[in-house]
Amino acid sequence: MSLALDPQAISTAVSRLADSIFEASVDGNIDLVGIRSRGDEVAERVFCLLKEKGANVRLGVLDISLYRDDFEHLHENPKLQSSEIDFPVDNSHIILVDDVLFTGRTIRAALDALFDYGRPDSVQLAVLIDRGHRELPVAPNYVGRILETNRLDHVLVRLKNTDGEDALEITSKK
Amino acid sequence: MARKDFLDIVSLDREEIIHLLDQAKPFKDLFTRSVKKVPALNGKTVLMLFYEPSTRTLSSFEVAAKRLSADVTIFDVPHSSVTKGESVRDTIDTLQAMRADYIVVRHRLSGQPAAIARQTGASVINAGDGAHAHPTQALLDAFTLREVHPELPGKKVLIMGDILHSRVARSTSTILDKLGVEVAYCGPGSLVPHTHFKRFTSYDKAMKWGPDAVYLLRVQKERQEAPFYPSDREYHSVFGVTQERLKRISEEGIYVMHPGPINRGVELCDDVLDYERCLISQQVENGIAARMSVLYGLKPQTS
Repeated sequence: MSLALDPQAISTAVSRLADSIFEASVDGNIDLVGIRSRGDEVAERVFCLLKEKGANVRLGVLDISLYRDDFEHLHENPKLQSSEIDFPVDNSHIILVDDVLFTGRTIRAALDALFDYGRPDSVQLAVLIDRGHRELPVAPNYVGRILETNRLDHVLVRLKNTDGEDALEITSKK
Repeated sequence: MARKDFLDIVSLDREEIIHLLDQAKPFKDLFTRSVKKVPALNGKTVLMLFYEPSTRTLSSFEVAAKRLSADVTIFDVPHSSVTKGESVRDTIDTLQAMRADYIVVRHRLSGQPAAIARQTGASVINAGDGAHAHPTQALLDAFTLREVHPELPGKKVLIMGDILHSRVARSTSTILDKLGVEVAYCGPGSLVPHTHFKRFTSYDKAMKWGPDAVYLLRVQKERQEAPFYPSDREYHSVFGVTQERLKRISEEGIYVMHPGPINRGVELCDDVLDYERCLISQQVENGIAARMSVLYGLKPQTS
């Protein structure tokens, strides 16, 4: 197991994410939807940074447990939490936010979940870490940091509010 | 490892109950979306096996299963011809061949759902068996009460009516007890068993106990071969929530609950339904969320 990113590196990645979202924004109106768990915390931090920059940001949270494609293989169904999107999704421009982009399956589930709330005009994807190895045609619009990993590596992100500290560890399977 | 079956409240520990109640909340949140359905049980089959007539519980389960994207089949039991356990066994063998993943059972014999659960790999949910248990009703009652009283321990609930023959009274008092709620029974002496719960046979004395909620049971006319009270009017005046009693209930801010269907002019007067702290319609809505939580939480051993 190795510590791949320290708290400083994670902070930098969050800032980079916020900067690139802010620069791409046309009118300063930004709707973020974080994917539970940890995507919500990344989204919240990006939300705070964008506010400081003077953007008009709204924040929602999406729980995708009910939209997963691997129920059959789980011993226990994932613990549900509430989704909270307080603004209308119809005709909005939404940026989905997650911590680690890997196979792309979570994003598939998140898109399905989001579309049950309404029909956004556009959806973009922002991820703190892109570790590669996609299994679905999913590409991020904004990336905090790219990490080279092996397909079987286990990438574990810990964030302050969710886990008590900021860190990213990679465990290699030989 | 998740449970296969959901048969009663007694065998659940407090932690499992809290988990099921917590999980019901995100399901309830779905009801205000334009799309009320989620794909969690996509491709699964839920069979409704009701040996006793029921409209509310049956449709509540049906809506719950459909909102989870399961396919629902209502197995129309000719309840006149099915009388003994042997034919239930045969029915289950038939259902096995249909490869149901979940079987929702209501039966007039206590213990029948448990017997079915032993015979099949499908998840069995008890939707009411005899005077034994009605665990999903208990769950929705606890959920409803928790919405208005997030801190349940120490709250007082008075259950009123024919306690002896009521599976609702049994399951609901068990769940409330496990959640730290003080439960008391009130009703005609012969119909209120002696248990470790407080016991009242007078409406006024029971109300002096200071309940936070009054849970009215339905007078089950169909279960009474020899009626325990002379008339509906008599019951209404002795144990029903009359207009006068509603006034006091309202002044004291007490919540009113009822498992439905209600008998107007017997357990309660019409005005109770317009009372702001009457939770009866919330109970119906919460029933769907609670049943979704149960279906979602079980793991059938069918594949």
